[in-house]
Amino acid sequence: MSTQLKDVVTSEQAANSPFAKLPQRHTESEIITAESRSTFQESWAKLRKNKYAMSGLYVLIAIIVLAIVCPMISPYNSYTNDLDNTYLAPNSDHWFGTDNLGRDLFVRTWLGVRISLIVGFTAALIDLMIGVVYGGIMGFSGKRLGGVMNKFAEILYAIPYLLVVILLGVVMGNGLTTIIIALSITGWITMSWIVRGQILQLKNQEYVLAAQSMGASGSRILFRHLIPNTLGPIIVTVTLSVPSAIFAEAFLSFLGLGVQTPAASLGTLISEAVSVFTLYPWVMLIPASLLSITMLAFNIFGDALQDAFDPKMKK
Amino acid sequence: MARYLGGKLFNIIISLLVLATATFFLMKAVPGDPFTQEKAIPPEIKANIMAHYGLDKPLGTQYLVYMKNLFQLDLGESMKSQNRSVTTIIKESFATSAKVGAIAIIVSVIVGIYLGMMAALRHKKLIDNAAMFIAVIGISIPNFVIGALLQYFLGVKFPIFTVQGLEGPLDYVLPTIALSTLPIAFIARLTRSTMLEVLTSDYIRTAKAKGLSPHAILWQHGLRNGILPVVTYLGPMTANIITGSVVVERIFGLPGLGGHFVESISNRDYTLIMGITIFYAVILMAARFITDIVYIFVDPRIKVSGGVVKK
Repeated sequence: MSTQLKDVVTSEQAANSPFAKLPQRHTESEIITAESRSTFQESWAKLRKNKYAMSGLYVLIAIIVLAIVCPMISPYNSYTNDLDNTYLAPNSDHWFGTDNLGRDLFVRTWLGVRISLIVGFTAALIDLMIGVVYGGIMGFSGKRLGGVMNKFAEILYAIPYLLVVILLGVVMGNGLTTIIIALSITGWITMSWIVRGQILQLKNQEYVLAAQSMGASGSRILFRHLIPNTLGPIIVTVTLSVPSAIFAEAFLSFLGLGVQTPAASLGTLISEAVSVFTLYPWVMLIPASLLSITMLAFNIFGDALQDAFDPKMKK
Repeated sequence: MARYLGGKLFNIIISLLVLATATFFLMKAVPGDPFTQEKAIPPEIKANIMAHYGLDKPLGTQYLVYMKNLFQLDLGESMKSQNRSVTTIIKESFATSAKVGAIAIIVSVIVGIYLGMMAALRHKKLIDNAAMFIAVIGISIPNFVIGALLQYFLGVKFPIFTVQGLEGPLDYVLPTIALSTLPIAFIARLTRSTMLEVLTSDYIRTAKAKGLSPHAILWQHGLRNGILPVVTYLGPMTANIITGSVVVERIFGLPGLGGHFVESISNRDYTLIMGITIFYAVILMAARFITDIVYIFVDPRIKVSGGVVKK
């Protein structure tokens, strides 16, 4: 009784005081004034502002275009020997010089970039497909199946991948297909763990429950609802797995396990040049710097993507 | 804790068994035998050779013999170098690789952590940007390129160091740089990102409020937490150093295990390939296991909860 009375008094006082509460206008307070943007638009906007990241992207595009165009416009091919003109220094005819058999290094180098890019993109794509499906199922299924799948991945992951690659190279013979297969055997595991971690976090969210209550099947929930929500980390992982595949290919070619002559990847070119490096430094410096620039551009862009997709970095 | 380490150990053993089995059958799947490349050998001699290496027995028996020998640390005889067992070759050459590798690991950890700490302390300043740019370059330039460049500029153009071989202590400098660039870059990036988080955390503020010197805060409270991801990186780092040593030893002509590995691959010396592969795998697994143990001792949170690892 007394509390009720008190309340009435205070509200009356409040109405007269200069600090009176204004009537709330619900309709206006609910209006969203900022333009609605999806995570992707936001990340892209953040990325575009990052000059460092964009320069990585531009370099990357330039390298891809050059790798496609250069071998086509050059009057030379990658395999014709010209034994009178071996180890020419870069000149107006042979922009990157010639190698031990007088082959034009401009064409060979850009074809090498092409091979490196093909290996990088294909390996990353295979990792993406296997990793997303395996990781998605691993995260979404129950403890038992998920646990067994995780154990399998753990055991496979413990086996150093370069040893697998070397073993397979010995068995299957050297070549582009061997390298790509060998890289894909263990390459998908990182991706699957990233997807699994994301799915484990997301699968108890309300929208999953909503989809379930509306009768959506497990695979529909996984592939239509959960995986699209993990795209950010997936894209970052793919971007960063391209340079590591390019490195692995160059490493294997350097050891003589990679692409066989007359075809040449950047690793093969560097490997061939090491023995004459002190006499004809450009034979090695050019492919080595192109390899490094390509990997650098991918790493810079991937790092920036990671920052752009990271919600903790939001300002 | 025993259960946690036991589980890790179980994984390691299974992985090794899988690798050993896979290696064995892959090597058997190679078309022909190790002696097909040589000139036609009289069939009697060939039969003798095959019998000597036990290659005339059925595959299952060969596998059992191989696994039994493996448990007794007998990796068989090299098929190309006469009368030398794989174990001897590994024993002779691993010391060199281990020495170079250990130096590279120590240098990487010290330089990497130092660079990362400096970058975190001067966040968004010149030192930070410079350190991180160097780190991304270090990740992007393959170690064999770095090795060859060092050799050319510091060995040939300005002959400060020897180009080949490993005699004096100065000869360790170039291989160490070539091997540790990638790990340094990784560790610097890891340390920086963790330290950035650590330095803004509550317990650092508490330490400051207590009046501890900046020095004590940084190296005692900050580093202890900032070092955790570096500890987890020890396993992959060993893998990097091992794979790196394969090419770096080739470039600098070091008498190490990596050189034998490359040689065995190009010679198709199957027993040697199998032996070194398994040896490398054992080292890697050991490094991972040590990492797991070290993690328990370094992580202050695990110690606080009475030595019980919740994982």
